Amino acid sequence: MSACLDIRDLSAVLPNGQRVLRSVSLAVQPGEVRALVGESGAGKTMIGKAVLGVLPSSVRIVEGDMLLEGEDLGKLQPKARRTLIGARTALIPQDPLTALNPSRRIGPQMTDRLVRILGWSGEKADQRIRQLLDEVQIRDPDRVLKSYPHELSGGMRQRVLIAAAFAAEPRLIVADEPTTALDVTVQKQILRLIAQLQREHGTAILFVTHDLGVVAKISQKVSVLYAGKVVEEAETAALFAAPRHPYTRALMAATPRYADPLASLKPVDETVLAGLAAEIASADQGWRRPHG
Amino acid sequence: MDDGRISRHGSGAKLWLAGGWLLLALLAAIFAPLVAPQDPLAQDLMLERLPPFWMSGAEPGYWLGTDSLGRDLLSRLIFGARIAFIVAFAAATAACLVGSTLGLVAGYFGGWADRIISRIVDVWMAFPPVLFAILLVAVLGTGLSSVIIAIAVIDWTRFCRVIRAETMGQSRMDYVENARIAGYGRIGIMLREVLPNVVPSIVALLSLEMGIAVIVEAILSFVNLSISTDDPTWGGIIAEGRLSIHQAWWVLVFPLITLILTVLSFSQFGEGLKARFDPVLR
Repeated sequence: MSACLDIRDLSAVLPNGQRVLRSVSLAVQPGEVRALVGESGAGKTMIGKAVLGVLPSSVRIVEGDMLLEGEDLGKLQPKARRTLIGARTALIPQDPLTALNPSRRIGPQMTDRLVRILGWSGEKADQRIRQLLDEVQIRDPDRVLKSYPHELSGGMRQRVLIAAAFAAEPRLIVADEPTTALDVTVQKQILRLIAQLQREHGTAILFVTHDLGVVAKISQKVSVLYAGKVVEEAETAALFAAPRHPYTRALMAATPRYADPLASLKPVDETVLAGLAAEIASADQGWRRPHG
Repeated sequence: MDDGRISRHGSGAKLWLAGGWLLLALLAAIFAPLVAPQDPLAQDLMLERLPPFWMSGAEPGYWLGTDSLGRDLLSRLIFGARIAFIVAFAAATAACLVGSTLGLVAGYFGGWADRIISRIVDVWMAFPPVLFAILLVAVLGTGLSSVIIAIAVIDWTRFCRVIRAETMGQSRMDYVENARIAGYGRIGIMLREVLPNVVPSIVALLSLEMGIAVIVEAILSFVNLSISTDDPTWGGIIAEGRLSIHQAWWVLVFPLITLILTVLSFSQFGEGLKARFDPVLR
């Protein structure tokens, strides 16, 4: 069976020639949750955006392929690519406030996509949305559908966005730090909801996060990213049992522990960073800056 | 939340006061022949420079007095409101349509479209506006339509700049990215997702621009470049009043008050409407 998402040797550069993604390869199997973990600036969000075709115009993909259910995104015409991405993927964004249009009510915002892009009837779309709102445990759908985004709490907005992401039955969902902007108490519920809907719908998820605790809870496989390079890739259980790469070990050591929070808050070790820098430098050897 | 409540009440009072004055002036303009106590053009040298009603020597029926030709000031102000409002609505709407469209395109598409439109705006704004207006009317010839065209041609840049900036801000929001992922076309996103979020600003600017149009029209009338001198205009009355300031101050003061109130009301009305329209502020 072909992978749901297959990224091969993806490299991207900024206009000044600096590499932001360094030959990234990763695959997400159908129905699998793949975590993409790394510190800020490591390029994890960039990978998500590249898959969804919304990279900032300054970032240019210079090599590599992205296959969505076996279809090479790079070989499609822009219009066909948009249609394919629109039909098979969805995004659960980081900030649930700006991800909803502030001047439109929730109901039309959610059904619009089903009606306009997928050609559903208004009634069918409405039923579907209500079903999904029920799945994300929104108990008063009538009020929510009539609300403007700012009238809902952060947790409610994120539920709405999760419902919207699953509504069109995408094959792949990119979840870009979906719990980061939420209260700690709400984070857990949202994470549980995403996991539950993922199981029920059998959707593959590329789960971008910097939180190893979240990784352990939700994913089956992990890619650890540093400076745009995948430094380690493993089954989640195996990674936590025996991290191979020094950086992964350092990351784990930097995660606060409940029993002794202060002692466990350690920055990543200097020697590890030096090793990483050498690794990045060797990866860039033989890499010629593309002109233009 | 307290701050929000206070500002909301403030904007409510503003909205009602400003709206009330504008409505009064608009109704007076529309029904001018019915509400004006006298014929605004009728001269009567027996009645020249009558003072307003509370001063000694006032005549009943000439509430705000008369000018040096014995024409009733109140009636002239009411008929002047007609021209002021026609110019305000027509010129502001035209400037708004052109400027907002270009601003939306520049802000949303960026790149070359933005560079070209922004350069045009920069060059356009290098001209001193009033001089530009006088020049345009001199070329187009005097008359109502020339005044309207001149104001629209000069002031579309105001809309363009503000709407461009607003659109750029909105375009960076995640909901626009979400719409792109879903597969909406660029123009569809611009019109359906972004435009509704810049409408409050457009409305506020439109109202402000109406006030500005009233001033520009008055300035052009003042220098005798608006419409024919027979029709009363606020600027024209002010120009005449200036000549007889020592004998009849009211001919200068009342049109000035009318003008200031109207312009102020337009800008306050716009601010109030923006607060009302904006779902986040509301």
